[in-house]
Formats: sequence, C-alpha cells, structure tokens
Amino acid sequence: MAGNKPETKSLSKGKLKPGIMSGNKKIKVAIDPVTRIEGHLKVEVEIKDGVVADARVFGGMFRGFEQILIGRDPRDATQITQRICGVCPTAHATASALALDDAFKLKLTPNGRIARNLILGANFLQSHILHFYHLAALDYVNGPDVAPFIPRYAKNDIRVSKAINDAAVEQYLEALEIRKICHEMVALLGGKMPHVQGIMVGGTTEIPTREALNAFAERFKVVKKFIMEKYIPIVYLLAGPYGDLLKTGGGYKNLVSWGVFPMDDAGNTLLKRGVFTDGKDGKVNVDLIKEYVKYSYFDDATTGLNPKQGQTIPNPDKKNAYSFIKAPRYNGKPHEGGPLARMWITNPELSKTGQDKLGVKRMRDIGDAAFSILGRHVARAEETAIVADAVELWLSQAQPGKETFVSSPIPDAAEGLGLTEAPRGALLHYIDIKDQKIANYQITSATIWNANPMDDMGQRGPMEQALIGVPVPDPENPVNVGRLIRSYDP
Amino acid sequence: MKNNKKLPNEAQMKTGVSRRNFLKSLTGTAAGIGISQMFNPAFVSALTEELKKHPVIWIQGQACTGCSVSLLNTIDPSIADVLLKVISLEFLPTVMASEGKMAMENLYHIADKYQGKFSLAVEGAIPTAANGKYCTIGEYDHKELTMVDIMKDLGPKAGSVLAVGTCAAYGGIPSAQGNVTGAMGVMEFFKKYSIQTPVVNIPGCPPHPDWIVGSISHLLTKGIPELDSDGRPVIFFGENIHENCPRLEQFDNDNLSEKMSSPQGCRMDLGCKGPDTHADCFQRKWNNGMNWCVDNSVCIGCVEPGFPDLTSPFYEPA
Repeated sequence: MAGNKPETKSLSKGKLKPGIMSGNKKIKVAIDPVTRIEGHLKVEVEIKDGVVADARVFGGMFRGFEQILIGRDPRDATQITQRICGVCPTAHATASALALDDAFKLKLTPNGRIARNLILGANFLQSHILHFYHLAALDYVNGPDVAPFIPRYAKNDIRVSKAINDAAVEQYLEALEIRKICHEMVALLGGKMPHVQGIMVGGTTEIPTREALNAFAERFKVVKKFIMEKYIPIVYLLAGPYGDLLKTGGGYKNLVSWGVFPMDDAGNTLLKRGVFTDGKDGKVNVDLIKEYVKYSYFDDATTGLNPKQGQTIPNPDKKNAYSFIKAPRYNGKPHEGGPLARMWITNPELSKTGQDKLGVKRMRDIGDAAFSILGRHVARAEETAIVADAVELWLSQAQPGKETFVSSPIPDAAEGLGLTEAPRGALLHYIDIKDQKIANYQITSATIWNANPMDDMGQRGPMEQALIGVPVPDPENPVNVGRLIRSYDP
Repeated sequence: MKNNKKLPNEAQMKTGVSRRNFLKSLTGTAAGIGISQMFNPAFVSALTEELKKHPVIWIQGQACTGCSVSLLNTIDPSIADVLLKVISLEFLPTVMASEGKMAMENLYHIADKYQGKFSLAVEGAIPTAANGKYCTIGEYDHKELTMVDIMKDLGPKAGSVLAVGTCAAYGGIPSAQGNVTGAMGVMEFFKKYSIQTPVVNIPGCPPHPDWIVGSISHLLTKGIPELDSDGRPVIFFGENIHENCPRLEQFDNDNLSEKMSSPQGCRMDLGCKGPDTHADCFQRKWNNGMNWCVDNSVCIGCVEPGFPDLTSPFYEPA
C-alpha cells in the first residue's frame, strides 16, 4: 500500500446513515458468538430508529485461575497467569512479576528492566498488528473468497475500491509474516512465544548476548518499516470512506491507565499512569477500584470489593446475572482501558502521517473524534509507533552480557501489587503470600474494564454504553455492532 | 539454533532454510512414512481440491487462544498457505469473517455435509460442571449451546478429533487442582459420553506450530499417525528432552546452573522438567529456531498429562 494515495483527505465527509429498516419499533439483535476476538463474547442490542437503544455484553467463559493459584509456589503464578491470554501473555507475565517483585521486595537491575521492556514491547507490536489486520480489518475490507473468509454478511458495508481492497488483503498476508517476526523478537529474549519463560520475579532469566540483540534489531527494522509505511497509513486511509465511524461509539469517555514500560529505576513510564473522569485528569489511587457482581455470575456477598480484598466465588445459576465478567469501577464509575486511554492520558505527539492527515499535533488535539470506533484504531496505530520508537531506545540501552536477574528466597508472608498495561488495557495482579504459598491471588484483567456488564448502581459497562447510538440501519447485517466491539480489541 | 539467527530473505522465508530443517527433523524420526512429501508445494497444490472434502472445524472451549496464535506462527508451510491452500478451515472463531447466527449455521452445515469426513480441532478444556454453563459457544436453532453441547453434537459426527494443546488433550490449567468448573480434556470427555471418534492429542502449552500443522496434514493425507500411550504422535513426542538435551554433556560433567540467568550448565537444580518430558523441542526449537525454554530458563513439562500439577513447582530450590 506504500505507493497508494489516500482516497480522500477529509475525515469528516462521511455521514451517519439514517435508519431505514427498523423504523421506530424496537428490534432485538444478538451476535452470538462475536468472533475475531480473544475469548468468548456475545452481544445483544435493541435497535430503535436505526440506532442501538440498549445493549448487553455477555462474557461466556470462566476458568477459575484465582482458585487454581491458591496454595501454589508464588513464583509459578508468572507461568500460570500467562495462560489467561495467548495474545498478551507477556502482559500477564509482567503484571505477575511486578506483583512478586513487590512482595519479594526486589529491585531489578537496569538490564533486567530493559529486557522486560523489550519482551513486552515486541509483543505490543505483535498484538496491535494482529488486532488491526487479522481481527478487525475484515470489518472494513473483504478477504479472499475461501473459508475462513467466507461466509460473510451479504451486505457488509465494505466501502473501499477494489484496488484498495486488494492492497489491504496483500497487507493482511504480509502482516501475518510481520507479527510472526515480532514473536521471534519476543522469543530471542523470552524463550518462546506464546507464553514466555523469560519473565520471572527478579527480572528476566536470560542475559542478552550481542548476537541475540543484533538478531532482535535486525527483525525490529523490518517490523518498524511495516508499521510506519503500511499500518499507520492504512488506518488513516480507512478514515476516508468510513469517516462516519469517527462520530459514533464514544461511550463514557472515562479512562484508566496504570502506565507501562518503566523508563528509569524510579518507575516513570513511557505511557503514563493516570485517570480521566468526567473531563478531568486525576492521579491513580488503587484503593478506589471496586469490583461489582450484581449482574455477574458470582456470589452477591462478594460485590463492591477492592481487588486486595477480592474474592472470586462463582454462582453460575444466579438469577439476573448475565456475564462471567465482574464489573470493575474506578471511584464508582465505569472507565475504559486500552490504547485510547493510554494515548489520551499520555497525550504524545502524533506520527508525521497522523499530523498531516488530521492537521493536529497531539493526541488530545483530535478532540471528541478520538472517542469513536475509528478513533480507537487511530489511537492503537499511533501507540504502535510510540512503542516502536521506545523499542529502538531500549535496544540502544541494553547491555550484552550484563545481569538481568536478581534471585531472592520466597518470603514467609508478604503482599504484592503489580500494575501494568496489556495491549488491550489496564492490568492488575495482586498476590498475598502466607507460609511461602499463594494465599490469595486476584486479577483485574484488561478486557474486564471494557467488556463488563451492568454494575450494582445500574450503570452499563463501557462497551455497552459505547454501543448506544451506534447506527444499525440493517438489522440483518449489524456490521457496526461488531466494529464497535472489536475497536476495543477484546 | 542460535548460530542461525540471521533473518532469512523473502524467498527463504517462503521456501528455504526452515523447510529443510523441518523436513530433516520429520524424516529423521519418521523414515518410511513419507509424510515429508506433503510439504512439497506441487504435492500440496494437487491435494488442495482433495482437502476441501475434508474440512477442519476448529472450536475453542476453556482456552486462551494461545494454540491458535501458535498456529499462526507456522513457518513452512506459511500460515497464508495453511489458510488458503493446505487446510480448508471452515470454522475458527479467531480468524473467520463470519459471526453470530451465520457462523453457527455454517458450523452445523459443514458438520452435516461432511459427516464422518471433517476433522474437529478442539482448543481448550471442556467444563462439565453446572451443565456446561462455564463455557458457551454460541446460539444455534434458538438455543444457547455450551462447549459440552457442541462436543456431544460434533464429536460423533467428526471423522477424527485433534485435541490441540494440553487443555484439550489432558485438561491442562483449567482442570488443575482448585478448579470448580469440572474441566477435562477430549479423551476423558469422550469416555464419559461413550463417543468413539478417534482422537489425536497434540499437547503443549501451546503446541509448536509444526506439531499442529504436521499432525493435521498427516491426518488428512495419510490417516492417523502412530501414537504413544498418551495419545500423542510419536514423530513429535517420541523422545525425552533431557536425554537429547544439548546440555546433557554439561549434566554428565556435573556442570549444573546455580542461577536462573547462568548462560551455561544443566538446569536440573533449577527445577527443569526435561527428564520427565517428551517432545522434540530440543531440536525443533521455537519461533523459527530462535530459542527454547531450556536455553532461556527451564522446561516446565507443558506437554505432559500432569501439567501443571505434577510438573510444579516449576522452579527449584524452594
């Protein structure tokens, strides 16, 4: 796509299509399952006057990691919790290792911090590229006419020309190679991928050699070129024909980011820690997180708890419940996590492509359009460039042969908190160690912030709220519902 | 293969070094079976039409999607070839275009049309407690189907089942001690419900992409490969990691790593489960030959039926 010119420069040409089929009577539409995501999700929307009037998002799977962890060697948590998500295991490994570093009272070596950043950073690149091309793109372009790219909606609202569609399919295939190369980068320092061996309490287990760093750098060059020349341009290209999708799907506009990628030993992060509530910035206070379960399949007695006191007691037959996802709230309010949250809170300069296309300099200059279906894709693509730049910096800082690991005995009793970011949002691990074993382990994972159900106060989850007002002109082909869901990368 | 970390050029990425390694390792252990032929492009192309008659349906229970992501890491054949040529992948929630009703109708349409001929790939464990409610798959014919329902429906219709990953093969982490969901692997489930369809286990957390693609290709072209007593293809899981470990000599010389980050030494004292683990990681390595667990830290025995309870604690000394 490098040589292609965007079809249109303006982002505001598209208009919301009026409702044509649903009229003013209510129609219920369910998408079950929602595909091209990680995990099991169902969505049900009520359509009135051609737009979504009400929405419910159902989390349909429970494994019970928190119970399974109890009684185990605390160090094993880093291996076990990675298996929560095969797309972002490095993020769970990082959160778990941070919680254990905290409990073991360990300070990493500088090389250990940098090696962890390189492992997590390489997988951020992998995850964002995988998400855009292999999970989301089929909402905007048609794949080849073979399974698994068919069947597809009869009227799937694809608005790009054949030339652009062909180029996008070519990029889809190229991106399969590129994301695989990102995994090679992860494996060079992390052992293998998915599920790395290399991230552990105390740092990373393999001291990088010059050869491994060179191999990493050689691969990174290919990946960065793809990000800058293909991924970012095509996201802005889609904003032409799909410009109306910059005006819908905003939701609450409340955001959380725990911050990720420590840039120094003091813990200052590349992507900042912060909250944004009702239009105001705030500092993170972990005590203000509460998890509600009125509409979740968990024991009512456990509602409203901070993760440090958290309990996970399933009750799959609970009346009125509709999801295995708890509803976390920050200071009593639903908040969105993910690239949009991090980029808004950090507010960095946009890529040159972004500045040219949008005519603005920084993330927040995008304004309200950032809070939209396509806005989330723009935030994700721009974040990919920011992380790529940082990977380059860490590569220059990594010292071959220098220690990355600090060992320490398991404490008899200790608590630890690990706050980081998965590609798809804010991630918290909490561990309570007693008699050198795990006594309690609580995880508030990324998608839980976005895909959660209604809370005890009657507030919808962020995705549910963002669905309200999304145009669904043709209930037989509810394309925009899937587009909205996938914009969060659940 | 740390001496082979040069990034292959584009041509090699498609057809080069990795194919040679892959074929070498296959033919090395499977001489006479001739399964290497299936990776010859001309052969693959000739098979394409034939394979359409044997589509693969890939369903996900209590999974993390890590097995699907590992499949995407296949080098030779490339994932593009796997998706477009080698396998007729009619249903895989992570990548397929369709969703909702259309996806579920297609699932049952394919299962009925190719009854007894399609291969059912299962990723993730099957939670049997609470009437299966711990994992729902989708709505079909006005009914919310659980993973249990789908397995009962499609299990008997399939020509064969591939239990992809340790969760599907043996229950894995969802079935570990402390679980409340009654999670189990495919063979145990089939025994419980008297389903006779043959099962090939491809364990690993996740399995190596070669193990997945190689097993599927073998199944579709030559039938069920030779299996060990744990239901795993001998060509991939026939050898012990410790006995074949490049660090075995260091073990023999009492050169044992004392620290997790020591570049040298046998990992025995750090908790390595290589002596109890059977897989060809020691020669196949991971992610295009970049690395493997023992060079990076320790083996945690992720391909074994006892993972994770019997292979943990993962680290020593306690």
